Amino acid sequence: MIFWLLGGLTIGTALMVVLSKHPVRSVLFLVLTFFMITANYVLMNAQFIAIVNIIVYAGAIMVLFLFVLMLLNLNKTNEPKGSILMTFGAVIAAGGLLTVLVAAIRDAVLAPTMIDANSENAGLVENLGELLFTKYVLPFEVSSILFIAAMVGAVLLAKRDKQTQE
Amino acid sequence: MLSKIILIVVLFAITLGIAAYLTLVERKVAAWLQDRIGPDRAGPWGILQPLADAGKMFFKEDFIPTNADKWLFILGPGIAMFTALLTGSVIPWGPDLELFGTKIPLQVADVNIGILFIMGIVSIGVYGIMIGGWASNNKYSLYGAIRASSQMISYELAMGISVITIVMMTGSLSIRDIVDQQHGFWQDGWFSWNVFKQPLAFLIFLVTALAECNRAPFDLPECESELIGGYHTEYGSMKLGFYLFAEYVNMFISSAVISALFFGGYNFPGMDAFSGNTLAILGTLVFFGKTFFFIFVFMWIRWTLPRFRYDQLMHLGWKKLIPISMINLLVTGVVIALTSGWFTKSPKSIETVPAAKKEVVREPKQLSMYNAKHEQ
Repeated sequence: MIFWLLGGLTIGTALMVVLSKHPVRSVLFLVLTFFMITANYVLMNAQFIAIVNIIVYAGAIMVLFLFVLMLLNLNKTNEPKGSILMTFGAVIAAGGLLTVLVAAIRDAVLAPTMIDANSENAGLVENLGELLFTKYVLPFEVSSILFIAAMVGAVLLAKRDKQTQE
Repeated sequence: MLSKIILIVVLFAITLGIAAYLTLVERKVAAWLQDRIGPDRAGPWGILQPLADAGKMFFKEDFIPTNADKWLFILGPGIAMFTALLTGSVIPWGPDLELFGTKIPLQVADVNIGILFIMGIVSIGVYGIMIGGWASNNKYSLYGAIRASSQMISYELAMGISVITIVMMTGSLSIRDIVDQQHGFWQDGWFSWNVFKQPLAFLIFLVTALAECNRAPFDLPECESELIGGYHTEYGSMKLGFYLFAEYVNMFISSAVISALFFGGYNFPGMDAFSGNTLAILGTLVFFGKTFFFIFVFMWIRWTLPRFRYDQLMHLGWKKLIPISMINLLVTGVVIALTSGWFTKSPKSIETVPAAKKEVVREPKQLSMYNAKHEQ
């Protein structure tokens, strides 16, 4: 019951992200969508993932999004008009993504054996940490290296810009 | 269930009451530090001043500028107040109280990720200021909002890292566990409060807490001499009141968090001599005493130090506090690894050390979590 309500709200807010005319409102609806996803995590007893979702996405990344949008101060008068070709391209890309997603979900095994969502400590920090540092230690470390590479790259790009300006 | 509802209502009333009177305390402290008398017209020693201020706020015209984004303009102060009040729910205000044969924990929700919950709410808190500042459609408001958000994001990192050291030492994210581990005052040949074990983390946390509350010397988002009023320039009436009020609520809650994380919460020297309800009441009083002391420290700093320049603020946040807290984290990790014997054991037994250690630590914790779950 709660799941269906939450699911509906999640999809509703996600739709509002796309349908809002104003970019700032879109971002705010996206923040709301993240909150709905967090509520879904809490429903699955995954408290740690839920709160990390809020801290990282709603608290840091979306603040930066909003920050940039506020500085740009976009509004209707200076918004570039998209050409017909762009619209076609966007439709085809979105359709392709939809096809891939539907195909992926269709083949997925939706058996409850994947996670026992009803067990009391499915998402506790202890269990998560133990899995992350034993069974999934390689993907975990690889993704850390990926993040560091991205950070170093960003710093490098910012530095080079400054040097050429001088 | 009923006890929870009563606790929530009482907590709500206490938080708002304290925040209201903090406005008077702030003016009195300022007057004292500047050798003045301060407000003394409304009632004896001016104790009716907060009521007069609130009355004034309510009776002013509720004004929305023509070019403002109407809904977001209203939403801004609401979010600021909401997030300020939400944090109080995971703070343990005192030891368990025993009334009518049932144990009543003086904490609204003992979630096992308590400290992360606080970090999460703090990181959402910036939306109130950002939305309000942007929706006003005024460049000074926008400057204030942008300053506030970049400042809060920058200082959140150092705050989070200094909290991680505490979490590493406690081995739990629950604030109740963190407070319980600082039992008494002297344990195993050293002070049991975290401030004596992690003085550097405490210092970083105090500085970042000042910045997160937008208090002087970090009050650049609303500095009068540069930005008129910052993000609340266009606000009037009770909407402005909400912003100002949220600042005082934030100050109260962050003082409570500081005293819970670093100053032993409701623990005090010689607490083993008491038990039951006496201990609960004394502990709660001690906790509030510590909280009020930190509120005084906040005000003391505000009326002593001048405001930072913006580049100085960013320099302090990114180039000083974050590296220092990283080093602190590293040292803490090495010390924990050394004291639990990770380097002295043979390679084969190392593999079993974490598991064995976890077993020892885990047993009582799971039990307490189990109990907490069943009490609810």
